Amino acid sequence: MANVLTDKEGKKRYLVSFTINGDEHQGLVKANTLFVNFIRDELDLTGTKRGCELGDCGSCTVLMEGKPVNACLLLAVEADGHSFTTIEGLATTNKLDLVQEKFIEYGAFQCGYCAPGMILSAKALLNSNPKPTEHEVREAISGNLCRCTGYVNVVKAILAASGQEVEH
Amino acid sequence: MYLPDFEYFAPDSIGEACQLLSQFGAKAKLISGGTDVLVKMKNELLAPEVLVSIKNLEELKKIEYVPGKGVVIGARAKHNDLVYSELLAKRYPSIPGAAKQMAHNQIRNSGTVGGNIVNAVPSADLPPILIALSATVHIVGAKGSRSLALEDVFTGPNTTCLAPDEIITEVIIPDQKMTGSTYMKFGLRAAGALAVAGVAAAVWVENGVMKDARIVMSAVGPTPMRAKKAEDFLKGKKITDELLAEAGKKAAEECKPIDDYRASAEYRRNLVSVFTKRSLRKAIDEGHV
Repeated sequence: MANVLTDKEGKKRYLVSFTINGDEHQGLVKANTLFVNFIRDELDLTGTKRGCELGDCGSCTVLMEGKPVNACLLLAVEADGHSFTTIEGLATTNKLDLVQEKFIEYGAFQCGYCAPGMILSAKALLNSNPKPTEHEVREAISGNLCRCTGYVNVVKAILAASGQEVEH
Repeated sequence: MYLPDFEYFAPDSIGEACQLLSQFGAKAKLISGGTDVLVKMKNELLAPEVLVSIKNLEELKKIEYVPGKGVVIGARAKHNDLVYSELLAKRYPSIPGAAKQMAHNQIRNSGTVGGNIVNAVPSADLPPILIALSATVHIVGAKGSRSLALEDVFTGPNTTCLAPDEIITEVIIPDQKMTGSTYMKFGLRAAGALAVAGVAAAVWVENGVMKDARIVMSAVGPTPMRAKKAEDFLKGKKITDELLAEAGKKAAEECKPIDDYRASAEYRRNLVSVFTKRSLRKAIDEGHV
């Protein structure tokens, strides 16, 4: 269990350490701090969005050990010892990730709020299944809601990122 | 959305977890994947003063075959651990098949088997197929442990027979004579939707005769429900399409659906009739799928 610091009012804070986008982080968190709030408010990783905050919409998707999870349903204290990727972790200094490039090329954005989660779900899919079918792509992003109804171009962008021919 | 304050413990042993649950009683809540507990806390349906997390109990994540016992699924195995389990794909693909119909990818990477059971919603997708395969659960409490048939765990919507200090540690699928099993679910969307109705069937077929059958219905009663009259009706009979259709009708008579905003009771009965027939046929023709 993480180290616990108790202040004079009896409030406990837990020392957690985890890796995010390749960087080691340590922080003091309260038991009720949600991971999505911690990374946005403390680490300025605001690419991860808060949407429904109930695990339905996927705006807060981050990769935990390479797998997409909802950061709104993860206690920061339970992030201890784990490794995460957020949308900020995909691009290198001057170069976007291929999935990001294809999202731009195929116009897979409207308002863009769902895009970080969509792109991370797509990354996780392509890492385990480099040549997915359209059905598999749709399944992989089924936990990411787009309320601008832009799924068609999102699916095309992900298929294109896998190197498959897609009608533009 | 923020959570109210609570005390947090992450014990290193099951015994310690049970002790904490026993010590804090009704003030405490067990948390595993968090996909139900945290949502309920955010919706102010639950306000525990203490959360006892079992995240450190690595031994509860296993999925393994134990000769003489059966397939053992740890309570902390995540839904996607079932979906991608090679062992289950080989022995009972119907379990990953049911797990894959739950929620969506993100939730399946967090939510756990034990959580899906103790949350005890009538529309839960895993219990029907597990009950159809005669699953038992191992339960550990502050004063000892016990084993129970999974179907006897549920006492009503959102309630189980577990004492406040008890934890389900594993689900056991015994070796069996069932030659096929499957779970079929109807939701309003293909992903991220609760079952409007679902039916799991397990069958033991020999020379075209139904030696035994277990039918379990979800979302059409206060708990996952066996369709026992339909099961008895099938036993020993030669398998025909008419027989399966008749079993479907009997199951529809037995279920106890309600009208709600997802569907009417009448519609749910129709679904049970059709899905019983179809899931039996699939299990008969295709084995464990």
